[in-house]
Amino acid sequence: MSYSDSTHDHDGHDDHHHGPAKGMMRWVKTTNHKDIGTLYLWFSLLMFFIGGGMALIIRAELGSPGLQFVDPMFFNSMTTMHAIVMIFGVVMPAFVGLANWMIPMMIGAPDMALPRLNNWSFWIMPFAFTIMLSTLFMDSGGPAGGWTLYPPLVLQMGDSFAFVIFAIHFMGISSVMGSINIVATIFNMRPPGMTMMKMPMFVWTWLITAYLLIATIPVFAGAVTMLLTDRYFGTSFFSAAGGGDPVMFQHIFWFFGHPEVYILILPAFGIVSSIIPTFARKPLFGYDSMVYATASIAFLSFIVWAHHMFTTGMPLAGELFFMFSTMMISVPTGVKVFNWVATMWRGSMTFETPMLFAIGFVIMFTIGGLSGLMLAITPADIQYHDTYFVVAHFHYVLVPGAIYSLMAATYYWIPKWTGNMYDEKLGKLHFWISTIFVNVLFFPMHFVGLAGMPRRIPDYNNMFADWNFIATVGAFGFGFSQLLFVYIILKCIKGGETATDEVWEGARGLEWTVASPAPYHTFEVAPAISPDTITR
Amino acid sequence: MTSGVYRWMLLIVCTLALPSVSLADWGAVNMPVGVTEISGKVYDLHMRIFIWCCWIGAAVFGVMFYSIFKHRKSKGAVAADFHESTTVEVIWTIVPLVILIAMAIPAARVLIQMEDFSDSEMSIKVTGYQWRWQYEYLDEGISFYSQLDPAHNVARQADSGIDVEQFEHYLKDVDNALVVPVGKKIRFLHTAADVIHSWWVPDLAVKKDSIPGFINENWALIEEPGVYRGKCAELCGRDHGFMPIVVKALPQEEYDTWVSEQKMKTAAVDVDAIRQWSQAELVATGEKVYSANCSSCHQKEGQGIPGMFPPIAGSDIATGDISIHISTVMNGVADSPMQAFGSRLSDVDLAAVITYQRNAFGNSAGDILQPSLMRSLRQGMRQSALELPQNNLQGVN
Repeated sequence: MSYSDSTHDHDGHDDHHHGPAKGMMRWVKTTNHKDIGTLYLWFSLLMFFIGGGMALIIRAELGSPGLQFVDPMFFNSMTTMHAIVMIFGVVMPAFVGLANWMIPMMIGAPDMALPRLNNWSFWIMPFAFTIMLSTLFMDSGGPAGGWTLYPPLVLQMGDSFAFVIFAIHFMGISSVMGSINIVATIFNMRPPGMTMMKMPMFVWTWLITAYLLIATIPVFAGAVTMLLTDRYFGTSFFSAAGGGDPVMFQHIFWFFGHPEVYILILPAFGIVSSIIPTFARKPLFGYDSMVYATASIAFLSFIVWAHHMFTTGMPLAGELFFMFSTMMISVPTGVKVFNWVATMWRGSMTFETPMLFAIGFVIMFTIGGLSGLMLAITPADIQYHDTYFVVAHFHYVLVPGAIYSLMAATYYWIPKWTGNMYDEKLGKLHFWISTIFVNVLFFPMHFVGLAGMPRRIPDYNNMFADWNFIATVGAFGFGFSQLLFVYIILKCIKGGETATDEVWEGARGLEWTVASPAPYHTFEVAPAISPDTITR
Repeated sequence: MTSGVYRWMLLIVCTLALPSVSLADWGAVNMPVGVTEISGKVYDLHMRIFIWCCWIGAAVFGVMFYSIFKHRKSKGAVAADFHESTTVEVIWTIVPLVILIAMAIPAARVLIQMEDFSDSEMSIKVTGYQWRWQYEYLDEGISFYSQLDPAHNVARQADSGIDVEQFEHYLKDVDNALVVPVGKKIRFLHTAADVIHSWWVPDLAVKKDSIPGFINENWALIEEPGVYRGKCAELCGRDHGFMPIVVKALPQEEYDTWVSEQKMKTAAVDVDAIRQWSQAELVATGEKVYSANCSSCHQKEGQGIPGMFPPIAGSDIATGDISIHISTVMNGVADSPMQAFGSRLSDVDLAAVITYQRNAFGNSAGDILQPSLMRSLRQGMRQSALELPQNNLQGVN
């Protein structure tokens, strides 16, 4: 490809500016969007195994009735930490990593708009998580009041509480800086001809996600700061004894927390919307309606927060409003699912690993979406709330949902990143093993939840024993099969069949016009935008 | 993929499915219909939305799988080029909207009925504590605490060596059940003393958060006599999983008998509180009170958990000035999980547990605290909220 050729010429002239620096300092000082993307992705993979290890501790304890392995207090810090690590340490950084790698290449930009900010927003993360994880080794233990940090419970925590709040602030700063960078890149770095309505869906979904982050992270930061002052500086925002209200925290938290849910899934929609057309060899069906649906979901996400709080004693009018608005979200979400099915319809499909994960995503995300619709029905939610039914619901949208989209993205773009094809046979094996175990793991949770098992408990009655044992088998199966994922990635980096520039037969979009592996610098000259090089 | 891999997958699925067929408690897969009109309606709503979800899923996945099998390249499918149709977009926006409206109407109706607290015939105040419930019958003047069955509490400890499967209602039994009459609209008033709890009984379709400083309302009209079990549903700290709820619904006459029994018991407690107790008696009672109220944090041997819960064995409070010990137990410690037990335990229990703590775990303060003195102290505290006068305590040693 012509762009990569020109890059090589530059490399010859001026190694210092255009090639990667040597050694460790390359990664510390880098401002290159590809390097930073790589850092984010490795970081989230590492955190995936840390958070996964915590999940296995939880599932081991829940394998049978009685307390076998851990103290209930430690159990509570495992559920809390597992959530914080998986949300803030795995899914969000992985999406930012993909945004870093792919958005400039998808829109034809040479790099992110704010490269040094980009470096900074990554390097805050390892420090934030070191602080967060170190609380587990402090005298007063890690946070054990749930990732939702509800007062007054969270205020009973020892002095490691201050570390938790500090770490959360840093994660928030990192996310906001990353989002600002993405918005600035998308608005300022597009070459002539790449109009908004020609951008790949992944770019669109990330643009909207970035706005959600910029709007809600400061709200979350405010909420945790109020906790901090309640704990150490004698304020009473959330204490009735001082004129405050513990439920106010829940309102503020979920005003952040619900858009956060969509922050964790909108980029996944973008990934799947890129992969399905490639392997169906047919353009994405209903591009415009996909954009509008994403924007509608983002808007609605701001007016549904109190559906997490139906049991807190809201007035009837509030309950009705939040029930109706929540049900409304299923309309644009449904449009997205229907569009994906219509994209497959009368295509010419092949089922390489990325496509398998993308189809797995559509099916299992839809299962999670349908149980979400059930949860919207307020009278029924009174029974579902805080049970394993909810645990099953959000794990279906997050694990075979968000996590599957990340795996699909990895298989889809790794030939572009490394220049080598991954091992297709192993990739498919990884998909099938994961899919079997993930359902063995999460499906039984629907049953025990409906039958009355509350969430966040370390021990339970014998009536729940069989399904919990099955879930534990699924958890260990799913957890250990992810080692295969790491093996496939490492094997692909080391070698393998050489990837072509286009990689996939049906692939469209600017990222497939550069060489494989993608040169250190791409699109230093703005590419010409023609119908062949855009995704729609 | 080779057929060998498929065979392996089939084998794994079958192996996993086998234990589930032979062992699983198949009753534990769905929401209970319950024993109130509301719980029945909630169950109906749940089943209706569930079945609609199944139909929607079947339709979407049906079309998708047809496409996956039919429109594959290996079968010679050639990709069509359509990628837009405003008509279908409008259809698949409108149709779900209609389904939603059809679902929202009955759901709103049930919700409105659930939120109608009028015409209740009796009121019970439910207060959540870490980790027990207090029930106060506002019309009868009866009040008591309800917590995990002591036998379960022993069995559930990590090193108990007791097989928990021998208890049919493991973690679902309490020492004092909430007793209510059938056929009466009961209003529950929910609040909490420390952190947020949530009082949930699935058979009554009742779940409401207990929020410190606020009172939430809820109601139930139980139609059938029986025992209905529930749990705390909101994470409330270390022993969140161990604060069950048992509601015993009795016919009206049996309920009335229970009420008069309770009133007699209250009178008997008063007699106990004014007689003189021996140290051995107090220590024996105190040990029981300790294991029910203190041991989950301060541990069985009073050793505490380093960094989280301080020890009682050898502590300054339990071996030093008894007035500080009494005020710590009665008033709790601000900004810590140590709660105020003053309003929760009887005079006898308070005196016994304090005496026990001062004379067990190698502590040898040697003093005893009489329930009668505890009673007069408590009355004194109520009047003036003063610190305990030192000279009052001299006599007991």
